[in-house]
Amino acid sequence: MDIPTHSTIDDLQALVHSLIDDDDEDDEKSNNKSKGIPYSFYAKIERKNGVVDEIEITNSLLDFLKEYKNLVSTEVTLQLTYQPLAVFKVRPVTRCTATMPGHTEAILHVSYSPDGQHLASGGGDTSVRFWDVNTCLPKMTCKQHKDHVLCTAWSPDGRYFASADKRGTLIIWDPHQKRKRAHKQYITGLAWEPLHLNQGRGERIVTSSKDGSCKIWNVRTKQALITLSGHTDSIEAVKWGGEGFLYTASRDRTIKVWTAKEGDVLGKMVRTLKGHAHRINCLALSTDYVCRTGPYEFAPSGRPQRIFSEESNDEDAVQKAKYQAAVERYQAFRDQQEGDGQKERLVSGSDDYTLFLWHPTSEKQPVKRLVGHQQAVNHIQFSPDGRYFASASFDKKVKLWNGYSGEFLKTLTGHVGAVYQVAWSSDGRYLVSASKDSTAKLWAIPSGKTAKATLPGHADEVYALDWSPNGASVATGSKDRTIKIWKH
Amino acid sequence: MPQHEHMERHRKLHGVRMDHEERTRKKEARLVHKRSEFSQKVHGIRAKIYQKRRFKEKATMRKTIAMHNERTNTHANDEAVAEGAVPAYLLDREGVSRAKVLSNTVKQKRKEKAGKWEVPIPKVKPVADDEMFKVMKSGKRGKKAWKRVVTKVTFCGESFTRKNPKYERFIRPSGLRMKRANVTHPELKTTFQLDILGVRKNPSSQIYTNLGVMTKGTIIEVNVSELGLVTTSGKVAWGKMAQVTNNPELDGCVNSVLLV
Repeated sequence: MDIPTHSTIDDLQALVHSLIDDDDEDDEKSNNKSKGIPYSFYAKIERKNGVVDEIEITNSLLDFLKEYKNLVSTEVTLQLTYQPLAVFKVRPVTRCTATMPGHTEAILHVSYSPDGQHLASGGGDTSVRFWDVNTCLPKMTCKQHKDHVLCTAWSPDGRYFASADKRGTLIIWDPHQKRKRAHKQYITGLAWEPLHLNQGRGERIVTSSKDGSCKIWNVRTKQALITLSGHTDSIEAVKWGGEGFLYTASRDRTIKVWTAKEGDVLGKMVRTLKGHAHRINCLALSTDYVCRTGPYEFAPSGRPQRIFSEESNDEDAVQKAKYQAAVERYQAFRDQQEGDGQKERLVSGSDDYTLFLWHPTSEKQPVKRLVGHQQAVNHIQFSPDGRYFASASFDKKVKLWNGYSGEFLKTLTGHVGAVYQVAWSSDGRYLVSASKDSTAKLWAIPSGKTAKATLPGHADEVYALDWSPNGASVATGSKDRTIKIWKH
Repeated sequence: MPQHEHMERHRKLHGVRMDHEERTRKKEARLVHKRSEFSQKVHGIRAKIYQKRRFKEKATMRKTIAMHNERTNTHANDEAVAEGAVPAYLLDREGVSRAKVLSNTVKQKRKEKAGKWEVPIPKVKPVADDEMFKVMKSGKRGKKAWKRVVTKVTFCGESFTRKNPKYERFIRPSGLRMKRANVTHPELKTTFQLDILGVRKNPSSQIYTNLGVMTKGTIIEVNVSELGLVTTSGKVAWGKMAQVTNNPELDGCVNSVLLV
């Protein structure tokens, strides 16, 4: 098909829509459905060393041709492929709607519940606070911890909330307020079991600690199921993957993969991934987002697609519905991934300034070693659809990478201090980053290289960041003891 | 061995010697030496018995001392929460670049407490004109005396060029020009060598300010961009005030304190 070179993405989109309409004209329903879907376009080019790459067209064909004019000849036919994007659109956050004081020390962690209805924060004043998302007012202050609350995590079905502190204590807040000395030293990470595994019980949580061990807990029976020991140094990050594996990254430069699937032996070490030359700081999974939000999916309006009535008497039925929804969502997510990407992908960032891309479910060898950062990498997050991942580093930059091949895409510069955290909007079109320079910055993905907006206002380093799963708001927690809520 | 209580009886009847107190004190003081002499000399079964008895005595002594110490012992406070909370990803990273971190909260508190123009050296001795300037004779026979040479350290901008001799009333000698200052951050207790951007205020006279003369107590502006200070809006702060704390013309360098 001949297309003028000055055609933009919108033109291409209209073309795809009309083509798809032609294909199934008889089916009225699918017609309507396909019309709203936005697409992204990729051009196949061959690099000089013979590697075939797919490069995303961000603006118009002409711009693309100009940028790659020494690689793409204007004489040959350019092959374009299209991929569907999220229908659901998140509006960029630009202004601060609320500043919530309350904590009397630095805020170390903020997290939205998977349905986006609750916000929880943990601070250096040893309290866990719950906030009302709609009115931006405090709801509850929980003072059970005896030390700085380092991590917080909601279970994917939203039933439980866990927080862990520097003294190694784990507290599951709802419905049983039970304090447990979980570890000898401070807890570095928490991860809930994804809801679509283990028949939707979703009651297991794993904690990682500086003492070099991981523990799996059953929060319903309040038991420690197993201790995973094998690392020789502090464990810095833990993830519970969608395929039923546990991943732990440690300061001893290794990542270990453990079984946690139903029917398997719990906590058997499968393989050790070696490659990093220095302590590993963070892990990110392509399935992170879908596992975190479990059954909750959001319609374009930002309202939940399915509503699970919490007051219903038949708790089992609700739980079953949630399980069904989570399984369907996870399956849909897998189907949407392309080719090799069907496998779960893991990215690890380290103090040796590099990132590694792994296929941890099947291979021991890394897929790719990603270089470019000039300081330790502190945080990585996959976009919700798994197409990109962003890495935040102490070198004041955020780098954007292709989620499938690990190819470098863009450096986002603008921060004047170390970048601590990044968070994606749920449609994968925006990214926010929190930095030591007391600001957060909003970036449009993939077109923007400079920040779309700066979110100033904090008086000190921004430690914690989270984007609500329904896309409506961003919460930042800072050393200046306030939480700020940002909205469109 | 004494028979009956004859010692007490005698004491009751006749009292004690005048120097009794002193003698008992001395006797007691000599006791340790005596004991030590004995324990070094003794051998055989007597030594064993003596050692055992002494061991028991020492044990009780240790116990009593520990009991007395109980009152003043300091205990680890389990309930105390450490100051300065940092997230899990920054734990164990102290000392990497923490030295440059500025606590804005502390800064704000200081601001509220102190007046706006409080400076480290509040009172400055005024410098008289005849100390500041040396008359320079000019003219063919050296009888004109309208030129002045500045005798203190000065700062001239980057693009400064001297004026034509006919119009140059004040001469700032190039040997006394300074471009960099040693700036101490009062909270971080660290010193950096920073570029001078300009002279803001010389308290002695407005003329000195215009000439860029730096004497003790002068407020100068320094380039702090390499310290990584940030304003709340996220912009890098690059010009900050500092006050000169030494006499630069005597020391050959400019030392100053950052005003935060």
